[in-house]
Amino acid sequence: MVVENKRSLLIKKVLAHGFMLCFLCLILFPFLVVISISFREGNFTVGELIPSNPTLEHWYLAFGWDYVRDDGTVVSPPYPVLTWMWNSVKVALIAACGVLAVSCISAYAFSRIKFWGRAALLDSLFIVQMFPTTLALIALYAVFDTLGDISPAFGIDSHWSLVVVYLSGVMMHIWTIKGYFDSIDPSLDKAASIDGASPWQTFRHVFLPLAMPIMSVVFVLVFIGVINDYPLASILLRSQDNLTLAVGSRLYLNEFKYLWGDFAAAAILSGVPITVVFLVAQKYLVSGLSDGAVKG
Amino acid sequence: MTDLAFDAGQPAQGSIATFLGKAFVAVISLAMLYVAWIVYMVGQPMFGVIVLLVAIGFFCVYGFRRFYFARFIYPGIATMALFVIFPILFTIYLGFTNYGSFNLLTFERAKEVILSRTIVDKDNAMPFALTPDGDAYRVYLEDGNTGFLSAPFTLDGTAQQVTAKPAPAPQIILDRRAAIKLRKELAEISVTLPDGNVMSSIGLREFAGVQPEFVEQPDGTLLNIATGEILTPDHGIGFYVLDTKEQVSPGWRTNIGWKNFDKIFNSDGIRAPMFSIFIWTFVFAVGSVVLTFGIGLLLAVILQWEHLRFKTTYRILLILPYAVPAFISILVFRGLFNQNFGEINMILEALFGARPSWNTDGQLARTMILIVNTWLGYPYMMLLAMGFLQSVPQDQKKAALIEGAGPVRVFFKITLPQIIPPFLPLLLASFAFNFNNIVLVLLLTRGGPDIPGTIIPAGETDILGSFTYRIAFLDSGTQFGLSGAITLLIFILVSVMAYANFVAMRRAAQR
Repeated sequence: MVVENKRSLLIKKVLAHGFMLCFLCLILFPFLVVISISFREGNFTVGELIPSNPTLEHWYLAFGWDYVRDDGTVVSPPYPVLTWMWNSVKVALIAACGVLAVSCISAYAFSRIKFWGRAALLDSLFIVQMFPTTLALIALYAVFDTLGDISPAFGIDSHWSLVVVYLSGVMMHIWTIKGYFDSIDPSLDKAASIDGASPWQTFRHVFLPLAMPIMSVVFVLVFIGVINDYPLASILLRSQDNLTLAVGSRLYLNEFKYLWGDFAAAAILSGVPITVVFLVAQKYLVSGLSDGAVKG
Repeated sequence: MTDLAFDAGQPAQGSIATFLGKAFVAVISLAMLYVAWIVYMVGQPMFGVIVLLVAIGFFCVYGFRRFYFARFIYPGIATMALFVIFPILFTIYLGFTNYGSFNLLTFERAKEVILSRTIVDKDNAMPFALTPDGDAYRVYLEDGNTGFLSAPFTLDGTAQQVTAKPAPAPQIILDRRAAIKLRKELAEISVTLPDGNVMSSIGLREFAGVQPEFVEQPDGTLLNIATGEILTPDHGIGFYVLDTKEQVSPGWRTNIGWKNFDKIFNSDGIRAPMFSIFIWTFVFAVGSVVLTFGIGLLLAVILQWEHLRFKTTYRILLILPYAVPAFISILVFRGLFNQNFGEINMILEALFGARPSWNTDGQLARTMILIVNTWLGYPYMMLLAMGFLQSVPQDQKKAALIEGAGPVRVFFKITLPQIIPPFLPLLLASFAFNFNNIVLVLLLTRGGPDIPGTIIPAGETDILGSFTYRIAFLDSGTQFGLSGAITLLIFILVSVMAYANFVAMRRAAQR
């Protein structure tokens, strides 16, 4: 170890902590302000950061309850936040299950079964994966607009249409899971095949149980990705009760109907569960990601 | 090896299971063929063919043992082809059409719409009465002192033609209110009088002769019976036109070649904003990568310092911006930066007496969007940098320190050169992501403030992707065609980036 002067070390420590604390204040400022706003009266800035008359009005509205003010006026919730949350969670869960199933099976084939064109297919998957959905929005709109004439379940303003499109986002996850499968000892599946297991049985009884960690990583990734999606959901969903959280929340900060306080409470209510899921999973997320990426 | 596995695996499966499997494949294939047929029948031959291809692929892959391996990858490849590759190509194809709110329909549908227009002949209008006849009804049309009584019909909402004969007024007449309740069903009934006039209901009280406004002529033009005007279909622009070149709505979707591109590159009201958006897209993407990488790396270096305490606490707090759903934090910033009611301006005014106009000044709006994107993106870079920093060997650093190099010099001469190569593909990916980061733009500014003097609304903070989104879905009347044309430009740029990223990834993997 390089010997350091005790005094200069102390100064460095103070500087480092000082910098960190200043930076954290700056970074965490939005969160603190939003918490304070959610308890503040009214929907406009009234010149105070810490509310002098805290009120639970915004929170009542966020939970979908009517709020009775002191003067007797009843305020009704402007938007169905809990319905939006449920929509988001529903779509995200179905999409995550679907993506997980499809990408696991494909990843197994790409990792273990030798077939003609495998390398080329993998490379093209990797390249196609980099084209964002943004490029496909117009066609997707046109396609689902047409499909809606045949069956409303797959038209505009249907959650199923949304799920189906999210299912197509499997490519990155195929790569991640394949990286994990590649690291599994090949002697395991050799043993299975000698015992008479077909590739499907090897997958089902050997690989699937081993893949639980990476599967949970992919599940959380897809879940969060779907919850966060805005462009696609915003063109495919129409009626207010069908919106997902990401599309609906934007209505709060409309130029003509600016509900800053109500938004703050709704944002905390809907943001906290997702944040907690992410923080719990992040340790695995980061290691899973780098494993998958490096071993590609 | 796999062949061996098939042979060994076969006897274990009963023949009933095999049969059920085959039956299942057959049923699904037939169902998909049926869907393909319906799609084809509603006038979407292209989509029909696509569904047909998917059905054939499904049948081959799951029906024959020969394609055993493909059973594993078919679902993934099929969804990807259907909902990623096909839509991208289709969007680009739309760039060569005039598809948009004025040209939504197919030619056949547009013709039908125009031909179904009718004119009402008010002169022969007759008051009507409805009379029950068992379960059915008859309609009585009163013409002066005489009248016509129609044959009985049932009012079930379907279109029906009935004839009427002169007859005296019926005894029992449904009162007005009951008749009004049936008006929707009654609208479907047309009555042919003895003189050949066809009468339909034209309101709550009267029936009148209704004639089509246009008839199709053998050469494909439409003749307006009343005025004698002639509508000629112009497939170059997708509208019927009068002799005066006036266009008649609705138009239809048609291929217009390079006109959309011509518009982008040669019309001043679009070219100038397009150019500025193009430049800003690059500035935004590069700026975001540089800022997030710089701050992320700096924080990672500090967090790696062995004398620092409370590392875990710092780390958790620092990655909070990454953990909170982006759409929520972006909207929070939208509120905080609001120049009239926002908390940021409130604080700035209290401290410095300044109220920057974040929402109306182009430069400030761009600064704001970069600040927000840095806030959103640095934790990801920090997490990655912490991983890569750990792989830098300690002894090299120590050796350099003993040789007398300062910590800053050690960082730039030893640490940085070692972490840049593995970082490069991730930086490229981050660039590509920000290049199309339309969520941020749409939620934070919607592209605003608008650039003055443009034909279609274009904003100072618009990036190419958000610009196409706005043209297609927001304020300027859903011009899918024009939007598709810009998508082709983005597609080319993204292709270059994707290829560069692919090469960089390859190199990193070989290392």
